[in-house]
Amino acid sequence: MVNVPAIEKHIEVTGLRLSYGMKEVLHGISFDIRRHEILGVIGPAQSGKTSLLRCINRTIEFTPGTHVSGTITVDGEDVRKVRDVYALRRKIGMVAPLPVGLPLSIRENVALAPRSAGLTRKGDLDAIVEQCLRQAALWDEVKDRLDSLGTKLSGGQQQRLTIARALSHQPEILCLDEFSIAIDPVTTMRIEEVLKELRHHMTIILVTNLTQQARRLADRTMFLWKGEIVELDTTDVIFSAKPTDPRTRDYVEGVFG
Amino acid sequence: MNASTGHAMFGETPPVRRKLRQEALAQWVFGAMAAAMIVPLLLIVGYLVVRAAPSLNLEFLLEVPKRGMTEGGIWPAFVGTLYLVFLSLAFSAPIGILAAVYLNEYARDNWFNRVINLAVINLAGVPSIVHALFGLGAFVYAARFGYSIISASLTLAIMTLPVIIAATREALASVPRSFREACWNVGATRWQTIWAVVLPNSISGILTGIILEVSRAAGETAPVMFTGVVFFKAVERGDLFPYYLNEQCMALSMHLYTISTQVPGVKESIPFATAIVLLALVLMVNAAAISLRVYLRSRKKW
Ligand SMILES: Nc1ncnc2c1ncn2[C@@H]1O[C@H](COP(=O)(O)OP(=O)(O)OP(=O)(O)O)[C@@H](O)[C@H]1O
Ligand SMILES: [Mg+2]
Repeated sequence: MVNVPAIEKHIEVTGLRLSYGMKEVLHGISFDIRRHEILGVIGPAQSGKTSLLRCINRTIEFTPGTHVSGTITVDGEDVRKVRDVYALRRKIGMVAPLPVGLPLSIRENVALAPRSAGLTRKGDLDAIVEQCLRQAALWDEVKDRLDSLGTKLSGGQQQRLTIARALSHQPEILCLDEFSIAIDPVTTMRIEEVLKELRHHMTIILVTNLTQQARRLADRTMFLWKGEIVELDTTDVIFSAKPTDPRTRDYVEGVFG
Repeated sequence: MNASTGHAMFGETPPVRRKLRQEALAQWVFGAMAAAMIVPLLLIVGYLVVRAAPSLNLEFLLEVPKRGMTEGGIWPAFVGTLYLVFLSLAFSAPIGILAAVYLNEYARDNWFNRVINLAVINLAGVPSIVHALFGLGAFVYAARFGYSIISASLTLAIMTLPVIIAATREALASVPRSFREACWNVGATRWQTIWAVVLPNSISGILTGIILEVSRAAGETAPVMFTGVVFFKAVERGDLFPYYLNEQCMALSMHLYTISTQVPGVKESIPFATAIVLLALVLMVNAAAISLRVYLRSRKKW
């Protein structure tokens, strides 16, 4: 294996603008994400964090009336020019803020992605299901009822099921959008441990409303506000007493409106 | 807090009593209106059953009309109606479902799809006699199917199509968008999403919509009268396959009209018994739709 240089850019965003209809919500932002780092993204509600993630895996296209300009490259390839958008989406694991247990069995919830990618051998699928459920700290709770419905799990369990599903296609990039909204602190801690493990072979984008979570996990943190990057720096700097921009300190300390 | 304040807060004061009285009155009035719906149904069914009583037996269903349709049964008309209904559904259900899937899952909001939507809505409002004329022109003459079961079923199919599309779209739209997004996020195509998640969870609504169209198709007279249903057709008693599809057939709705208004000296109970059979067919189909719905609801997955 080639030795990956420490600052190789995994994702590169240049001049990204996004508008819903007439309303522009991302105003030309540029930044990059390094391979195998955890990038924390913090910012108040409506700042465009979720929209940013949806631009990266191109699910923004499912919302009518959106207009995107600027470029996003993943592994040097412009996402808007990729031939196989489904392969791109499988390269990126996406965990939505609200838990979504699909109305399928727990097993099928996780096997859906490998199955859509063309994997059919039951043994392989079962192995993936077990591995992903373990990584999402859910295996022990559901291993005896894999064939019951995913929608009948509790909210927190469904959220971990969502995480397991995002891992099921062995993504190189994992986007977590406020994953801990529906989970209790103990489970959150367990998943955070998993993330520390996963970061050795994945690039992780961690959108979070809990600034302390970014502080605990992220290598670098980006403060997004009203569709613009206020500051992007190492987590230590962002959370230090003197970040470059005073708004960052205000937000991190909770003074911000 | 002591008991007396509690009493003052929650006890009945004159305005509260007035509100309660109004509430009770409203409930009573609305309830009575709803209950009144049962009355016409019971009256219709009761009246029909009483008048039809002498002819109500299995023989009546299986026997063919006799003595210039003044006696005997209704088998040819009964089978004809089944033919027409099932054949028309065989056309309209697949087309309707696929069209609705396109409109609800694939279509972007552009002028072309808006025109389709408009067409569907307006087609649903076209009176059946106009459908009948269209069927006559399009299927009987232009397509050269002649007066036949095919022409009549196609006409019925065109008539039921917009309602099937509307019902299917509604069923599809009731599947939460978040399910679709979850599938898209893991790299499933639109079709994989529809197949794995959307259709299995909307099938109850789709089937109910289709089955309810059966009753409409069974009851229509004008569209089939113009395109392929005849007065009388000689058929074997109890024969399940008496017609070829390029032939004309009899149908219950038309038969009822004929024996009630065109044929003198019909045994008095026969038209009423014919109406009972038509009504029973429709009610049975509706009951099937309802129980299917209840069954699928009970397995609803979220
Ligand atoms: N489907 C949509 N249609 C129209 N506008 C939208 C849509 N989704 C998001 N927006 C708008 O885009 C802006 C950014 O929304 P976004 O969901 O990206 O914010 P966010 O940073 O994720 O907020 P939160 O912290 O509340 O999740 C908001 O002003 C929102 O109203
Ligand atoms: Mg968000």
